[in-house]
Amino acid sequence: MSAFEPVLTANIHKDNSHTLKVYEAGGGYRALRKAVKTMAPKEVVDMVRASNLRGRGGAGFPTGLKWTFLPEGHPGPIYLCVNADESEPGTFVNRIQMEFDPHQVLEGTILSAFATRAAAAYIYIRYEYPQCHKRMQQAIDEAYEAGYLGKSVLGSDFRLDVTIHRGAAAYVCGEETGLIESIEGKRAWPRIKPPFPAVEGLFRKPTVVNNVETLANVVHIVDRGVDWFKSIGVPADPNNPRDPGSYGPKLFGVSGHVNRPGCYELPLGVSARELIDEHAGGVWKDRKAKAVIPGGLSTGVMTEPELDTAMDFSALQSVGCLGLGTGCMMVVDETYPMIELLHNSCRFFSHESCGQCTPCREGTHWAVEIIERIKAGRGRLKDLDLLMEISQSMGIIPGTTICGLADGAAWPIKTTIVKFRDELEELIKQTNPVGYAVTDPVDALEDEAHRNWPVLGTTRPYAASTAN
Amino acid sequence: MSTTQERILTDAVREKIRGLLPRYPTKQAVTLPALHAVHDALGYVPQEAVVEVAELLELHPAQVQDTLSFYGFFEQEKPLGRHRLWVCRSLSCAAREGEKLLAYLCEKLGIRPGQTTEDGRIRLEFAECLGACDFAPAILADDTLHGNMTKEKIDELIDSLE
Repeated sequence: MSAFEPVLTANIHKDNSHTLKVYEAGGGYRALRKAVKTMAPKEVVDMVRASNLRGRGGAGFPTGLKWTFLPEGHPGPIYLCVNADESEPGTFVNRIQMEFDPHQVLEGTILSAFATRAAAAYIYIRYEYPQCHKRMQQAIDEAYEAGYLGKSVLGSDFRLDVTIHRGAAAYVCGEETGLIESIEGKRAWPRIKPPFPAVEGLFRKPTVVNNVETLANVVHIVDRGVDWFKSIGVPADPNNPRDPGSYGPKLFGVSGHVNRPGCYELPLGVSARELIDEHAGGVWKDRKAKAVIPGGLSTGVMTEPELDTAMDFSALQSVGCLGLGTGCMMVVDETYPMIELLHNSCRFFSHESCGQCTPCREGTHWAVEIIERIKAGRGRLKDLDLLMEISQSMGIIPGTTICGLADGAAWPIKTTIVKFRDELEELIKQTNPVGYAVTDPVDALEDEAHRNWPVLGTTRPYAASTAN
Repeated sequence: MSTTQERILTDAVREKIRGLLPRYPTKQAVTLPALHAVHDALGYVPQEAVVEVAELLELHPAQVQDTLSFYGFFEQEKPLGRHRLWVCRSLSCAAREGEKLLAYLCEKLGIRPGQTTEDGRIRLEFAECLGACDFAPAILADDTLHGNMTKEKIDELIDSLE
């Protein structure tokens, strides 16, 4: 296999990489030209289908397949939503793409709108990326001027308008139907699926929601071809006709206790260990990794011996992780207490739970209460079983919630308790020598003053009282 | 029904909101962009503004309030202050001392997250993953992402904000 050549990050180190001039000089918009002038929309869909490109936002659903769910011959309008809400803890690669190569993202958007016959595209960018807003808007303005957007794209009868929609600091807007509800002007409460957005989505019209990185890949598939794309990554398992494989380049983020946190573009399938040691400079301070979260907080934890697992769409499940997720890894070293990881994770999901579904709203809240009671020296061994029970009762997988936020909340709890149970039991025994074996119900902490952790912010924004 | 004298939204803000209408097939879809426009102009979204936005978008004020209250991002009581500092508290930043820096800032400014300094200069917030993990610990100060923060860099940042 020939040496891997980055394509998604090929431009980012050039001066003024975000400008149209530099983008075009490097071959930019060649793919769009090819599609609009020589291909029919369906041909582009077929190419993306044949490539087995899988969504890069976390779910890994085959993109071309998703596009085929749009009803054929629908009078429209059809909408394309670009999910640039990137809020999964540990994930920062879309930020880099939008800041330093916004035209690649835009070209992918326009190409995909062409393929799906979308009339309008909304790019939902999270509030916390102000530079991305600026650069994407600049790119859109340049594209309109150059004829890549508007009433007649490249002189054809394909028309497209692109609008940036600014988020307001809510993780659940990264869920495709939460994003749709947010654009519609409502609370970002995810919808029950089916109906799926391709059938009834934004403004109740057929809609496709795709991640920034996924759309950037579409540019290169159209430009260089399906064979090129499939020469990268991990082929589909020949013994499993339902396995789409893990093809293509991936932007892997690495952060936490490593010497060189950053974004590394590599073929899917690289091992976690190689990513950390050969690309991110290894674990810092000459220490060893203790826990590694492979693809954003929702994916749960891996232990050091498990680091030889491939970073692709199927291997991580075999070590108990939710999946590849965003492919953005967080590393903590041997000195980091797992209770802190657990607390940080549960606090995040409790804060971000939209509150619609009881198992998630209550489960994430009570997980934090239990962990804070443990940290305050009033934990019981039974609490670990209780946390396991909570984590197993919320999510799409057990079938109790509308969206997968709850599965994401559950996975760090499950994997940490299963893989680090000894450490947690030890902590509980040491900090609560008198009461650790108690199995009777105990009260939650009464007020913030008693909490072991001077939480600099509350997990319960509404609670003035502490009704437990 | 607000009269011209009582209006809290300036003509410029109203024009901005109206200008967004052609981009969406429903008026309700302009709710979030309108809230941002008001929040940017006034530093918060008071109840009077909720009523005026509802009028502009032909919605019931309760609908606008419903959306507004979902996003903890929007301040409803009084203006935020001149600068808004978001300190990330998610895992990669926390693992690199981010929470200690937040504690340092709280002490230095004499406020807790969700509060504004008495002179109205700085509003402090904690943030969930800012997406700046490659240079954790990170702080978003207004429109600029600051990375690899230390106590010294925080001192510099605070000094630079008027």
